[in-house]
Amino acid sequence: MAVTTRTVTDLSSTTKDGVGASPRRPDGTLKVTGEFAYSSDMWMEDMLWGATLRSPHPHARILGIDITEALKVPGVQAVLTHEDVPGEKHYGLEHQDQPVLAFDKVRYKGEAVAVVAADHPETARRAMERIRVDYEVLEPISDSRRAALDPDCPLVHEPGTIPEHPEYNQRGNRLRYQPVRTGAFTGAAGSVERESGILERLRAEADAVVSSEYEVGMQDQAFLGPESGMAVPAEDGGVDLYVATQWLHVDQRQIAPALGLPQDKVRLTLAGVGGAFGAREDLSMQIHACLLALHTGKPVKFVYNREESFYGHVHRHPAKMRYEHGARADGTLLYATAEIIVDGGAYASATPAVVGVASSLGIGPYEVPNVLVDAYGVYTNNPPCGAMRGFGAVQACFAYESQMDRLAEELGMHPVDLRIKNAMSQGSRIITGQEIDMPLPMAEMLERCRDLPMPPERGELADPADLRTLPGGVAGTTHGEGVVRGVGYGLGLKNLCFSEGFDDYSTARVRLEVMGGEPVVLVHTAAAEVGQGLVTVKGQIARTELGVEKVVIAPSDTQVGSAGSSSASRQSYMTGGAVRTACASVRAEVFALARERGLVPEGIADTDLSLSGGKVVSATAGALVSLADLLGDSAQGGTVVEQTREYHHRPTEMLDPKLGQGASHTQFGMCVHRAVVDVDVELGLVKVVALDAVQDVGKVMHPQQLLGQIQGGSTQGLGLALMEEVQVADGQIRNPSFTDYLIPTILDTPPMRIEVLEHPDPHSPYGLRGAGEPPTLSSTPAIVAAVRAATGRALTHAPVRPEDIVGIDL
Amino acid sequence: MRVSFNVNGEDVTADDVWPGESLLYVLRERLGLPGSKNACEQGECGSCTVYFDGVTACSCMIAAGQAQGRTVRTVEGLAEGTGKGTERALGTVQEAFVEAGAVQCGFCTPGLLVQTDDLLERTVGAGMPAPGDAEIREALAGNLCRCTGYEKIIDAVHLAAERRAEAGSGA
Repeated sequence: MAVTTRTVTDLSSTTKDGVGASPRRPDGTLKVTGEFAYSSDMWMEDMLWGATLRSPHPHARILGIDITEALKVPGVQAVLTHEDVPGEKHYGLEHQDQPVLAFDKVRYKGEAVAVVAADHPETARRAMERIRVDYEVLEPISDSRRAALDPDCPLVHEPGTIPEHPEYNQRGNRLRYQPVRTGAFTGAAGSVERESGILERLRAEADAVVSSEYEVGMQDQAFLGPESGMAVPAEDGGVDLYVATQWLHVDQRQIAPALGLPQDKVRLTLAGVGGAFGAREDLSMQIHACLLALHTGKPVKFVYNREESFYGHVHRHPAKMRYEHGARADGTLLYATAEIIVDGGAYASATPAVVGVASSLGIGPYEVPNVLVDAYGVYTNNPPCGAMRGFGAVQACFAYESQMDRLAEELGMHPVDLRIKNAMSQGSRIITGQEIDMPLPMAEMLERCRDLPMPPERGELADPADLRTLPGGVAGTTHGEGVVRGVGYGLGLKNLCFSEGFDDYSTARVRLEVMGGEPVVLVHTAAAEVGQGLVTVKGQIARTELGVEKVVIAPSDTQVGSAGSSSASRQSYMTGGAVRTACASVRAEVFALARERGLVPEGIADTDLSLSGGKVVSATAGALVSLADLLGDSAQGGTVVEQTREYHHRPTEMLDPKLGQGASHTQFGMCVHRAVVDVDVELGLVKVVALDAVQDVGKVMHPQQLLGQIQGGSTQGLGLALMEEVQVADGQIRNPSFTDYLIPTILDTPPMRIEVLEHPDPHSPYGLRGAGEPPTLSSTPAIVAAVRAATGRALTHAPVRPEDIVGIDL
Repeated sequence: MRVSFNVNGEDVTADDVWPGESLLYVLRERLGLPGSKNACEQGECGSCTVYFDGVTACSCMIAAGQAQGRTVRTVEGLAEGTGKGTERALGTVQEAFVEAGAVQCGFCTPGLLVQTDDLLERTVGAGMPAPGDAEIREALAGNLCRCTGYEKIIDAVHLAAERRAEAGSGA
């Protein structure tokens, strides 16, 4: 037997590229050579192109659909409507309320009505022009406040479309109404009169009261890789789908019933994902591609173009908010009230969960004894809204941070001092009564952020006349006249992992074997790598836990159990936890094998053993045996150790529907930002000069990737602060392109200094905290605060628009 | 229609091309070169950037017929040596992007690599000083990235410039 034998003494190296190191991404080489297979790169010789006919109206009755002429177009293989959906006609993430293909009514502009399969995208387009749909156009319901509060507002959905969910207080167009009451408001809950009485009393008691309305615009995730993928019909009557998504199993759960197939006949494999940010939580082309593939017996490829992508995925909920804060003269908060209305658009998507986050985190990480929050998520005929990085916490954060700045101004305090005065810390209870039972060094973070070095003043620059340093850049719109500088702060509290009783477990299969004399670990999960670098982290965990450097990451598919979604900043925690747990089981089996072979001296417990540098090591007795010797080469009948494990976080609770109390969240994360801006008040242009941050991540898993998450998240917050808004008028998107919907370019983005703290969370694997979302919360209010400081304008709308900041006398 | 041109040093011909197709579509769907990316297909994002007769351009904005007889170089042509993809050594810019952590989802990466390669050709490659931050930002202003916040991309460009300058000076 040609097994490479090594003495245990020549394997003294510890394992490199484990947890805490910054190894290269395993997919990095393929991504820079152009060979990484994204969902839009799928290609087969005999494939057909799918295309989607969408509603031109935000609200209309469908009187008839005639596909006769479309079918006559040469090269067209299929034209399908709702009549061709063999199974469930509706699907949805939380509520099954969205038609696979519209029937009876369309409820938003862009809703899918029919799908076509043809030999060329242009053939499909021509066929769609020949589909005749007769619509009776109806008045769209486009005002979210009316949908939430006006009992006479017409309904977007017929009553009974979604099941009763008493905890959500559904009524009319309300998908969820979540009140939160604390302190003096607790006893008065349910009586508007008594609540106003209490509010009057608190107002009288306060030395400073600030109130304002705020709006956050509809933000687009603007991932670069469009919705796309390929469905391939299988011989067993099932279908194989290669798709870019955030959660393979939740897709499978929605696709199979629509196709009338058992789940095991619908097999999904993750294709390369060109960014996600929440927009791939809901289905786009998945069912349509499978329907056409099963109908035609050929592989069907879908690729949305950018305009279609704006209609093809949910957006960040736009929010209308009213806030009031009262404080004592020393800055101590006395009370806060908030009305938060988020527009869910035509279909539910994740709206109820977004309301759960917006309400529970509605006042932020501040100690306030008396709180009244009313949060609503509603149906309208606007584009459907759902998950986007920050998920309900972003909207509230813009409002409560703006309020803190107003209050600081009213009291003549520094904004950082006011925040420290009311800062939460470990042991504090958020407004739902949930204790923050993990470190929350908020005051320290604020101080550190305030004390970071400032960028040079304009006058200190080597060449203050260099146009590249000015708002508007080389376009030469200004030479420095009318440019004023401002500094602002923002912070945000984000729940990490899924909340409100949802058991979003993850599964990992880990295999250890010896190949060619070398131990190799295979890690298999269904977790979606969307760019964040989970593939790297999975490998690091396997190296650290199993002491083996060579780790292979298997493609993510539905052949292994669910990993949950790549959202809520949860994958390092949950899939990381699953990989770590599966590794621990593999390790225990290896130790047992070593004992069985008599290689572990008497009296040495498992706690004394570890795997390191490819061998079994005892802390007291030293290296005991190499894995190569212990297991033997798998090709020659050696031992293969394989374990599959699920990882669950601790249970959480639903908020109660009357007082909004309950331990609804798994974990909390926080980021603090300081923004420095230059504003051209003549032309309404802003240049962010610096955007520095302090974030506590519990444990740094991969320093380089972590910075990429914080800088990337900060930049998406910058976009929301200054430029990003899907403009919707009467249910119509006015700017569905990258020409008209602007995201930050490299010129818009400043240098970002990041300070990372590591106060471990005792409940999570390695003490880590999800890191992707918190910076997206705090950078928006910090930048808007800086623009306020520069201009003196109230600025209650994010993004700030040019017309908001012109006409200022300097 | 039939379109013939040179891509990454190889003469190629695409048949049955519909005149409305872009060069990007021909590369991706007819020539098996999907490295150039289809993020906006309207010339705004830079993900499909290629060298077109030596000048960087968005291949989505070039009609297939315009490529007739021209020379195109894509991300697939940036690696060094011969052979296919991973059989070759990464080029300096490719290596720097992976090493610096400038790649997340990677969809913008091919366009950025071509644009960066061009910037370095025009600067350190032409005996000029390595570009500073402001020059890098101007050069890459047409390439959108949604993941990174660009900081690591700037690091990668500096790293690549340094290495190319070293290689150029024979150090």
